[in-house]
Amino acid sequence: MAPTVLELAGVRVSYAATDALDVPALEVREGEVLAIIGPNGSGKSTLLRVLGLLERPTRGTVSFRGRVVDAAGALAARRRMAVVFQQPLLADMTVAGNATLGLSFRGVTADECESRLGRWLERLNIAPLRDQRARTLSGGEAQRVALARALVLEPDVLLLDEPFSGLDEPSRAALLPDLAAILRADRVTTVLVSHDRGEALALADRVAVLMGGRIRQLDETARVFHAPVSEEVARFVGVETLVTGRVLSREAGLTVVDVAGRKLEIAAAARPGEEVRLGIRPEDVTLMLPTETIPLSSARNQLGGTIARVVPSTPGTRVVVDVGFPLVATVTARSVADLGLAEGVTITAVFKASAAHLVGPRSLVAGSARPP
Amino acid sequence: MDLLLGGVRQAVALLLAGDGETWAILWLSLVVSGSATLISLAMGIPAGTALALVRFPGRGLVVSAVNAGMGLPPVVVGLLVTLVLWRSGPLGGLELLYTPAAIILAQVVIAAPIVAGMTLAAVQQIPREFRLQLLALGASRVQMVWVVLREARLPMLAAVMAGFGGVISEIGASLMVGGNIKGQTRTLTTAMVLETGKGNFDVAIALSILLLVLVFLVNWALTGIQQRGTGP
Repeated sequence: MAPTVLELAGVRVSYAATDALDVPALEVREGEVLAIIGPNGSGKSTLLRVLGLLERPTRGTVSFRGRVVDAAGALAARRRMAVVFQQPLLADMTVAGNATLGLSFRGVTADECESRLGRWLERLNIAPLRDQRARTLSGGEAQRVALARALVLEPDVLLLDEPFSGLDEPSRAALLPDLAAILRADRVTTVLVSHDRGEALALADRVAVLMGGRIRQLDETARVFHAPVSEEVARFVGVETLVTGRVLSREAGLTVVDVAGRKLEIAAAARPGEEVRLGIRPEDVTLMLPTETIPLSSARNQLGGTIARVVPSTPGTRVVVDVGFPLVATVTARSVADLGLAEGVTITAVFKASAAHLVGPRSLVAGSARPP
Repeated sequence: MDLLLGGVRQAVALLLAGDGETWAILWLSLVVSGSATLISLAMGIPAGTALALVRFPGRGLVVSAVNAGMGLPPVVVGLLVTLVLWRSGPLGGLELLYTPAAIILAQVVIAAPIVAGMTLAAVQQIPREFRLQLLALGASRVQMVWVVLREARLPMLAAVMAGFGGVISEIGASLMVGGNIKGQTRTLTTAMVLETGKGNFDVAIALSILLLVLVFLVNWALTGIQQRGTGP
């Protein structure tokens, strides 16, 4: 496993006797992108400030490369990190002046500044803006300068606090892949704070879900999004179908669960007779017109039903199918048109056994328990 | 009207003739108010910055006191400084009363709160997040304060102008602690009061033209610095 760069132990931040943050342990590993996601007010930004040594926790310690950071070592440790906030917060100087601000704090030589500046302005596609004054930039350009100003430091840890939230959609859509490419190419150790799960999916290796100041789940990105440990987390990460069922049988690696009279086959292990909660992500559900012969496929679940609602949204259209319980699928606008999806239309919803996950702390037990 | 026009004509003639005493008065005014402004900057900028950035108990009271100090009546300052410098006063031993140093001291008391108050306001309007961002880029506290002051330079230069403008044009304190002694503590404003009282309007007008030109030139220079590179 990659070595730990930044580590929190027993960290608590209290404001007026209430805990805003309570993180017993958190490690940021070398080269990973760790996303901290959670609703507004969950303590994400506070956690980032603690990690960036910008706010001293009420209790607990922050360690940088295995050493607890004390007041004397804070500046040196801070200088091996860089933070980008939601607002670009540029100084009233040129793009070049802004981008080299952190280097000037570190007393880096003019030659070195120059070469790093040229390289990073180039990589963030803002080289032509070099001598422009910061206040004449658009929001997207300004945030690119803010990112250049951080990346030019070539930090051991890059901390990003909602770096895309202040941008309009086209700027955000342009910047996200550019940043993703840089982080992947250079393997920059990054902590990304976001309320947007799409950003976490696009960038993160691991995801921590923060709610009410506590980390509710910390796991590889795919596991957090597909196997949330609680309904709260499930709802936040976008598992839209959440239903209760009773396990009928378990054999040949398949668990059969009765949900509202429909028999679902799932891959996760559970004991017969047990009551379970199932979560299914909308993008894992495929819709087919029942008039066509449904081909034999590896998708174990094929449920007929009628469309209860069609809600256009981004990135896909949400279609709620009543199959005895409401099952949510996301499809493209193109599919809505081609298949003639509308309320009242009869449809078949298809998903794989592995797409339905057990939700809740129980799924951890079931994952390790051998089926009977 | 004749009085005014005639006065102006004579005043210009007087200035062109290059009267030595007039130039000495001008020079003294510039040195005294210039020194007072510089000392006020040296005291007011750090004080205002500290008040803006540091939280401590009783801060609200201090800020109110500074803001009230921005409107100190010069005559009250003149009286206070006179009392302090009086032979039997706390600093009587320095024998500063009726010297240019006494005027500088009084003018510092007038200008320092103005500079401190305007610096406080200038630094406070820089968002807290900006300061956090500087620290997050690896700034030490001193580096952070330096960039913040640089960022607040436009209103800070306004503080310089307000401080200088306040002391170059005040009369009460200069008169009380300086004594308007010819050749020693006579400044533009005290000389004007004297000449006007004597009915020498041409001299008074000449002095007022000098005062206005001086104030304009200093503010012109400061505005030049302030507005440099701040085009739209």
